[in-house]
Amino acid sequence: MRTAITLFCTGALTLAGLAWAQPFRAGDTPAKGRQGTASAERIVSLDGISTEILFALGMGDRLVGRDDSSLYPPQALRLPSVGYQFRLSAEGILSLRPTLVVGRDDVRPPQVLEQLKAAGVKVILYQNEPTAEGAKRKIRLIAQAVGRTQEGEFLVRALERDLLALKAFKAQNAPKGKLRGLFIYARGTQTTFVCGEGATPVGMMELAGLENAAQGIQECKPMTAESVVAARPDVIVVFKRGLDSLGGLEGLLRLPGVAQTPAGQRRKVVAMDDNYLGSFGPRAGRAALDLFRAAYLQEGFVEVAPR
Amino acid sequence: MVNQPQFSFPWTRRYRLALLVLAILLPTTLLLGAGIGAYKIAPLEIPAILLKGEGVEYQVLTALRFPRVLGAALVGALLAMAGAVLQGLFRNPLVDPGLIGVSSGAALGAALFIVLVPGSASLEAYALPVWAFLGGLLATQALWWIARTPFGTQVAILLLAGIALNSLVGAAIGLLISASTDQQLRSLTFWTLGGFSGVTWRLLLAGLPFALLALCLLLPLARGLNALTLGEREAFHLGVDANALKRQAVLGSALGVGTAVAMAGGVGFIGLVAPHLFRLVAGPDHRYLLPGSALLGSVLAVLADLLARTLVAPAELPVGILTALLGGPFFLYLVMRFKKEVYRA
Repeated sequence: MRTAITLFCTGALTLAGLAWAQPFRAGDTPAKGRQGTASAERIVSLDGISTEILFALGMGDRLVGRDDSSLYPPQALRLPSVGYQFRLSAEGILSLRPTLVVGRDDVRPPQVLEQLKAAGVKVILYQNEPTAEGAKRKIRLIAQAVGRTQEGEFLVRALERDLLALKAFKAQNAPKGKLRGLFIYARGTQTTFVCGEGATPVGMMELAGLENAAQGIQECKPMTAESVVAARPDVIVVFKRGLDSLGGLEGLLRLPGVAQTPAGQRRKVVAMDDNYLGSFGPRAGRAALDLFRAAYLQEGFVEVAPR
Repeated sequence: MVNQPQFSFPWTRRYRLALLVLAILLPTTLLLGAGIGAYKIAPLEIPAILLKGEGVEYQVLTALRFPRVLGAALVGALLAMAGAVLQGLFRNPLVDPGLIGVSSGAALGAALFIVLVPGSASLEAYALPVWAFLGGLLATQALWWIARTPFGTQVAILLLAGIALNSLVGAAIGLLISASTDQQLRSLTFWTLGGFSGVTWRLLLAGLPFALLALCLLLPLARGLNALTLGEREAFHLGVDANALKRQAVLGSALGVGTAVAMAGGVGFIGLVAPHLFRLVAGPDHRYLLPGSALLGSVLAVLADLLARTLVAPAELPVGILTALLGGPFFLYLVMRFKKEVYRA
């Protein structure tokens, strides 16, 4: 037994040493004859915004898969989901036999992207920028990748028109001072976050002319009563589903600290559809306009549905 | 007439039979794991696809499934063998590699890398396993240093130190989580939940030398562990250098668990369940238990991963959920049985 073990171990270690010296790389052997031809036949979208853009470009019928965040437009829900975009598996995506995969550049695990490319699938990635410029860049990039540059330019122009309309509307109804807006992310009363710079809904608030009340907070941090009071928000912005998870407006106002803010005292809360508020895509201009209206021109609690 | 060989024969045969069955079962599950997946490939076509050497099916098989299945097998073997050795070393059936802080040390290494190293996202696939491994090794080193006394290493102190280390490391990871950005947090959760979807050839081959070294450190311990079951003093009188044995056991299991965590993150319960299952079907002799639980651990890990990636295809379940679902009830059953045997309650 002992000699057998020693023999096995020496042999195995030698083999391992050889393997260490010459690693086989999946990337060395790309599939042949797959690149460049009809690459937008079957598309898997790994992000809600890319799904929305693809449908807006008229490529909805080419989509064969989506991720869990792709909830708009409603037709997207009929597609099979490959799961959460930060918990992907290459084989799950490949099983839908895509020719093109579109998504954010920070999907997890990153190896999946290499594996997809090695299998001959074209992969288009974009940065998640919560700005109108970022939305335009995304639209152009995806439109070009699926060979619909023309339609992409239409979308960009429509977005620019919406942004101009937003600007004009803001100028006409110029508020006396900027309101301070605070975005609260909630999934039940025990899971509440305050979001600041870099968070998508906060980018939307800024586009809508609200001042970010959560200064010094990068992305989302767990909410504390004192930080909410110190932020002194004039208006509180939440996702519709976030508000529902708290048990509606009353539930939100019962969260520690919220009742002590100017927004809490005036019950000034805007609840906006998750995908509408959270997406910097073709609808960004309209969403910002709706948010501006709700925050500056309407009193009390406002619910904003997508249009 | 009492015939000595006849008395021991059934036991040896049982062990050999169990090992033989497992040795057949492992290649079968490996084939099963390689043959089934979200991407539908007819099993009979696989040889033809491999011979053709190109196409998407070929890529799915060679670049995705083979490394993944082999990685799962390797991680399962490492965790199970480390579990078996540690259970023998501590003479405690409820010991799991996670218990003495090796797994959490490795997790801390990974968390440190993700949160503190700037631009870590792009290096993640390559540098993360190294950090996890270093974390595991450092944790073991610290543990070793704490547990060393003038009278040799005290197992009770080792166990207590491991528990203390676990909570310390847990606090450190908690601190890192509160300081991390969204993106870093995502990497962290991916890591702590564990899974084999990130196993590539590169990762597998980088871990292989460490894994084999760990297996080679652990396999020869069987006789010493058998002697140790009688007690430390008795083992000493049987000619076992208890300190050398402990050192090799702890180093080997740290190496093994560190490598396993580096490859697949936190995959729980295999290290606990596999040795127990082998004891139930065959027996407690470490000479058979060590290779047996390694084989069994491989089989379990490959099967759990197979379920994880096919049950909700094209999406995937975290494999940790499946091992915990299998392992949790079994652990409770063990505790109840232990209670019954010891306290007759």
